[in-house]
Amino acid sequence: MGDLAWIDAALVSARPQAVAALLRYFRDLDLAEEAFQDACLRALKNWPTNGPPRDAAAWLIMVGRNAAIDVTRRRAKQTALPDEGTLSDLSDVEEAVVQRLDEADYRDDVLRLLFICCHPDLPATQQVALALRIVSGLSVQQIARAFLVGESAMEQRITRAKAKVAGAGVPFEAPGAAERAERLASVMAMVYLVFNEGYSAADPASDRASLCDEAIRLGRLLLRMYPSEPELMGLLALMLLQHSRLAARFDAEGNPILLDDQDRTLWKRAPIQEGLALIDKAMRSRKPGPYQIQAAIAGLHAVADTPAETDWAEIDGLYAALEQHSPSPVVTLNRAVAVSKLRGPEAALAMIAPLAERLDKYFYFHGMRGAMLKELGRTKEAREAFNQAIALANTPAEAAHIRQHLDSLAQIK
Amino acid sequence: MKYALLCYNDEAAVFSWTKEEDEAVMARLNIVHEKWEKAGKLKPSIRLLPTSAATTLRKKDNEVLDGPYAETKEQLLGFYIIDVDSLEEGLEFARELTAANPGGAYELRPIMIYNEGAR
Repeated sequence: MGDLAWIDAALVSARPQAVAALLRYFRDLDLAEEAFQDACLRALKNWPTNGPPRDAAAWLIMVGRNAAIDVTRRRAKQTALPDEGTLSDLSDVEEAVVQRLDEADYRDDVLRLLFICCHPDLPATQQVALALRIVSGLSVQQIARAFLVGESAMEQRITRAKAKVAGAGVPFEAPGAAERAERLASVMAMVYLVFNEGYSAADPASDRASLCDEAIRLGRLLLRMYPSEPELMGLLALMLLQHSRLAARFDAEGNPILLDDQDRTLWKRAPIQEGLALIDKAMRSRKPGPYQIQAAIAGLHAVADTPAETDWAEIDGLYAALEQHSPSPVVTLNRAVAVSKLRGPEAALAMIAPLAERLDKYFYFHGMRGAMLKELGRTKEAREAFNQAIALANTPAEAAHIRQHLDSLAQIK
Repeated sequence: MKYALLCYNDEAAVFSWTKEEDEAVMARLNIVHEKWEKAGKLKPSIRLLPTSAATTLRKKDNEVLDGPYAETKEQLLGFYIIDVDSLEEGLEFARELTAANPGGAYELRPIMIYNEGAR
């Protein structure tokens, strides 16, 4: 039996539940992780011969717990570990554990784990790093590569985050309903942060792009725990719809391709279908929120076979709803794109004019202003806007994109 | 005699597969599909979206639940394939079935891949 991929997949998917339960038991992040690693090693030895256990998470929790207890005990006096043969035939004990660790326990454990990573004292970058390390089990090296920082810097960031969590006395009790709702919001924000970290990567083949898959996996996990939460459906739908365009978003040089210019045959159908199905489901609850609205906007783009078929009126309406729900100049800026399609660039320019001061340092503001001015034939002003944008570009790809605009202006002249 | 062949697997593991892993499994399955399709013995085959995309109409009380139908004391007795404009329309269809049929539940699971087979 050479193919151990199934064990790998089972370990990855059981990880959040198992680490969370071990954390509840040991109340120590490092010890919980160590215990889980130990259990994984045993699983690799044991499962190929004995077959997979009925509940992988429960098996790992029990074996991990025993191993860790043994380690601590052995430090006091020498006790032999039970051999692999005894460990393998755990079905009776396993059943008892499964009963104790029912769904309700799992879900609060995982939520607690995610919440610990979302500790308000930690800066967002540390929250994300900690979550990827603890919940997803990505290696420090993988995370470092994804965030384009050195491995030792990332190691430090995670260690510091752990120390802060340990020192802050995070409560381990099951959260109440109100608390849980509050935590869920910050956990969702963190998952979306992970997603965006991957989404903004220029190279679809890079480690950063795989962060999108990880965020989607976490989204699915959360939705399994809260199957009736419409904002969670919205979040997962939003990530699926955005990620479906991955193959079309960049050209061979890694430069971004605008939505209008993307080859829509490269959009992946399965995540689009899933995203649309989730939006459909979420809408039934009639509790719209920012993730649902953004997902609905992404959904309207996804169902248009050509840019001309895009339902801009509906998108404009959704942005209006989003402006009302969570007003921000960036939302208004995005709405202006729909407005320019519906009522022309002049109307869009009027709409974003009041934002000039607040978005003065924002790349997209000047980029979009430039595009509108260019469309109106106000070449000189367009060039000024593009020059401002280029100065604020965050990546070489963004700068290259604006340069294309400038080049096309040069041709007009 | 026609049979419905139902696939079961750990969804958490399956949807954690990377694109490459997923494609490799599909490629292996397709070899089997093609063989049986050529023999004229494979009719439509379907891959469902994950249970997180499911909605269930419980026949008792006509209650609609987000999520899959996970009641184990009842067994799967058959299934339909429907082509509707929205979840709401699908639920309407299920409600009409409900009215005609006592007990149990209908789970609406969006389809991920629909292969006509035996073309």
